[in-house]
Amino acid sequence: MKKLLKGNVALCEGAVAAGLGSYFGYPITPQNEIPSYLSRRMLELGKVFVQAESEIAAANMVLGAAVTGVRAMTSSSSPGISLKQEAISYMAGMQVPALIVNVQRGGPGLGNISGSQSDYFQAVKGGGHGDYKVIVLSPNSAQEMYEMAYDAFDLAEKYRTPVIILADGIIGQMMEPVDLNRYEKKDFVDQDWWLNGAKGREPRSIKSLLMKDGVLEQHNVELQKKYQTISENEVECELYMMENVDIVVVAYGISSRIAKSAVKYARKNGVNAGLLRPKTLWPFPSKIINSLAKPNLKFLVVEMNHGQMVEDVKLAVNGKSAVRFFGKAGGGLITEHEIFEKLKKDQKSDIL
Amino acid sequence: MKKLLSRPKSLKDVVFSYCPGCGHGIIQRIVAESIDDLDLREKTIAVAPVGCAVFAYDYFNFDVTEAPHGRPPAVATGIKRTNPDKFVFTYQGDGDIAAIGIAETIHAANRGENITIIFVNNANYGMTGGQMAPTSLIGQVTETTPFGRDPKNDGYPIKLCELLSKLEATVYLERVSVHNPQNIMNAKRAIRKAFQCQIDQKGFSLIEIISNCPIGWSMTPLASMKWIEEVFLKSFPLGVIKDKTQLNA
Repeated sequence: MKKLLKGNVALCEGAVAAGLGSYFGYPITPQNEIPSYLSRRMLELGKVFVQAESEIAAANMVLGAAVTGVRAMTSSSSPGISLKQEAISYMAGMQVPALIVNVQRGGPGLGNISGSQSDYFQAVKGGGHGDYKVIVLSPNSAQEMYEMAYDAFDLAEKYRTPVIILADGIIGQMMEPVDLNRYEKKDFVDQDWWLNGAKGREPRSIKSLLMKDGVLEQHNVELQKKYQTISENEVECELYMMENVDIVVVAYGISSRIAKSAVKYARKNGVNAGLLRPKTLWPFPSKIINSLAKPNLKFLVVEMNHGQMVEDVKLAVNGKSAVRFFGKAGGGLITEHEIFEKLKKDQKSDIL
Repeated sequence: MKKLLSRPKSLKDVVFSYCPGCGHGIIQRIVAESIDDLDLREKTIAVAPVGCAVFAYDYFNFDVTEAPHGRPPAVATGIKRTNPDKFVFTYQGDGDIAAIGIAETIHAANRGENITIIFVNNANYGMTGGQMAPTSLIGQVTETTPFGRDPKNDGYPIKLCELLSKLEATVYLERVSVHNPQNIMNAKRAIRKAFQCQIDQKGFSLIEIISNCPIGWSMTPLASMKWIEEVFLKSFPLGVIKDKTQLNA
């Protein structure tokens, strides 16, 4: 049965179905539905909800809950996510699984409360201090808000890493029918790193401070090996209308919804366009993009920022195709018509 | 022959990395003894701060997590809310708890989190080389107050226990010292009482322990003990600041 839900609420239901044990949040638009909805839902389930005194505290409460093996999450929007980077870096270093949701708004600074995609770099390149990555999922519907929140915890625990869901104000606020099709997870098996009291075993500590000679160096090598494994196994992307394609639109989140309509329209109007939509922004579908790239194929990257993912597309293409960009930032939506006009122009242009 | 005293089970048989004469070794021992006395070792999850005391996780023989600088009360909130049956305490220095983490401290106290904070006040940032702490005394010379702490430039020492005592939800707040055996015994009594407060689910407790930092203060260990007695305690008088443990029974 489908339910008409806001993206933010669908995300809550996905996390609850996945066995969310503790939620810690702080008010900021456009993610307010998440703490609001969970303040009721979690307490009714006898689980933990705390409105923290700050974004920093909320993220550190997640760290505390997560080191005990409980599924924990926090959510915020762009300026709040900047404040959470401290805890995210620690969790990456301490190898603590957790879910952090960013329902992006316009920036820099306080920006505005419209949907935006300006936090791509912050999410996929690490975000905080130190040499680390987090898995970044990009939903483009209320249904995917539900499903990705559900799957995020399994990914986080599989690799002992924080996972970010990088949504945007529009996906968060938009109401769509959602099929609540996932079974409820309840029982979790004790892991050998959980802090749950040293009863009948040696005590454990979870830390990122590694002062002895060579220990931190080795720890970083291990982290990089893990990131390599994630890159090889966890890439997800959607391909659409790729037959006889001359120009591939690369877009994620809300931009990909608009781009899909533009591609459909373009096909009916003499432009052989297709769509590649990364569902994981890190790991990025670099291999897939590279395998498509060839001299007579072009790429058009569409984002609601001034050119962030386009750099990763260029790295993936590695000079084998022309890569163009179209975007705007600050809350204005890109229109289907704008993308179509750009496709028409770029398809004809021979300049790399 | 009867053995009267041995290493507490809650302390690992390792060499402390603290400077000669530092109070952390004494405090961590009486914390460990208190955990043993109350039979809490197997249900304890402790939170180590950033600063000298971060190495606590190498010395305590129970589960310990690290926390970012100043965030232990938030991390402890996450642990305790999620695991109300566990025993949760943080071990923090003055910079951690009263400067960068004062918001986390005040709000954890204000929510009445059923946790215990062991707050070691040695009036300077020890690990980074003796800079001014929020608790440094007026006139105290530190790495960053070469002419002495001047309230016009640096503000006044924060009396955290007194500050927290005004909050409705705080239950037990006491300031003790470890500069001589009599005070060490008293400090242990206070720690046990604070731990018992959590066991009895009465709510938030914090023990502020006045301690020395001979290296940071540029004193011999003996001179540092004397300075606590003659100078430090004049600004930070010892005693129970708030005790609602009987009211909440």
